[in-house]
Amino acid sequence: MYTERVMKHFKHPKNQGKLKNANGIGEVGNPTCGDVMKMYVYVENGMIKDISWETYGCVAAIATSSVLTTLVKGKTIEEALKITKDDVAKELGGLPSMKMHCSILAVDALKKAIEDYRSKEATI
Amino acid sequence: MRVYLDNGATTKVDPVVVEAMKPYFSEKYGNASSLHVFGRETKEALENARSVLAKKINAEPDEIVFTSGGTESDNIALKGLLLCEKCRGKNHVITTKIEHPAVLNSCKFLEQNGFKVTYLDVDKDGFINLEQLKKSISSKTAMVSVIHANNEVGTIQDLEKIGGICKGRNLIFHSDVVQSFTKVPIDVNKYNLDLASLSGHKIHGPKGVGAIYVKKRLFVCPFMHGGGHERGLRAGTENIPGIVGFAKAVEISSEKDVERMKELRDYLIEKVLSKIPKTTLNGPRNNRLCNNAHFTIDNVEGEAILFALDEKGIAVSTGSACSSKSLKPSHVLLAMGRKKEESHGSIRITLSKFTTKKEIDYFIENLIEVVANLRKMSPLYKKI
Repeated sequence: MYTERVMKHFKHPKNQGKLKNANGIGEVGNPTCGDVMKMYVYVENGMIKDISWETYGCVAAIATSSVLTTLVKGKTIEEALKITKDDVAKELGGLPSMKMHCSILAVDALKKAIEDYRSKEATI
Repeated sequence: MRVYLDNGATTKVDPVVVEAMKPYFSEKYGNASSLHVFGRETKEALENARSVLAKKINAEPDEIVFTSGGTESDNIALKGLLLCEKCRGKNHVITTKIEHPAVLNSCKFLEQNGFKVTYLDVDKDGFINLEQLKKSISSKTAMVSVIHANNEVGTIQDLEKIGGICKGRNLIFHSDVVQSFTKVPIDVNKYNLDLASLSGHKIHGPKGVGAIYVKKRLFVCPFMHGGGHERGLRAGTENIPGIVGFAKAVEISSEKDVERMKELRDYLIEKVLSKIPKTTLNGPRNNRLCNNAHFTIDNVEGEAILFALDEKGIAVSTGSACSSKSLKPSHVLLAMGRKKEESHGSIRITLSKFTTKKEIDYFIENLIEVVANLRKMSPLYKKI
């Protein structure tokens, strides 16, 4: 059902946990649907210096959270925002079709975190 | 270590069963309908098997019809019988919200064909309300179909009382007894059953074989038409190795095994509830299938638990929406009043007579670790 890369990220997730110095936080999903994803970013000079996540959800939700953070860490905000759900799925060697919504969630959580950062920046 | 705790899905075929089946592949392979010795020896095996099953549920041998499994038996009961009843002007069925999909989807099919179906509610432990059953009966009601032991949470319904109600109102009473067969005593006369669905592979028999008990003089429309096998109810050359294996599995089932499973199950439930915070048992403590334990573990998702345990060689199942093809949470848990999120975090552990205490300990040890890991990742979990 799941690719080896999905299982690898599920078993050994990258960048998991809270980020103490986060300057942007985004949360999507709800417990009723079975997925809640929270992304923490630390942005400096337009670049995602650090990123982490917390996820309540299935194997795909956890693996997509993990792999997305590896894709965007060290990238500029603009580059990070260009990443699509298909890029996430591709990086995992594919996802079962009914699990594709999990990769949208990860992308959306990141977008929200970046929006959060930008709104804070604007008020300063 | 490989630990199989998904015996509600299917079971290991007992080696004793395999031995009993062996001669019926390449030695005694005759068609049971043939008149020669090849046919007669398989016919004898077939009729012996029929007697074994009949005896186990206090039926007559000719009330047992062999099928391909529990799903076919449920289909025969619901569709076969009711299509006949429709001709007599009855078009109402009463069943429950927690049936196996074989019954539920047969009911959906009947609804598309002019039937009305009442789905009885269940309480928080999964029991139906007998008053609601009584109130649902009308002059149009043909049949009541209630699952004996629920396949997800193991709730055992009181078939004797339900049967009594059906008898008083002259209704046909069917039960899917697939999960309870050989684990809970079944007496078709005492329970006033007209139809009961049985399966081989849930009781250490082979897959692809089941049976339906059809009370004498009850007219059921067959939907397999052919050479008139099985009293004309189910045409097709009988699956003799499967049937022999099924009967052997019934023959060697024992009360001792049931008691052992019950003890291990209680040990498991007690350990899980005491070692893992924010965990609840779904289904009742009493009147529960001897091999079933079912939990909701807060703030973690069932499919993730399943795969994390799978990595450790442990097999369980879950009622989480994420694990189902439909992405819908368990209809059984929802009927019991559980919230969707409680269903997402559910796991079912089903033991067998082969399960050992060592395996249960290994499971508990790993479940503690897996849940702790997943909770660490979960934004919802707050340490108490």
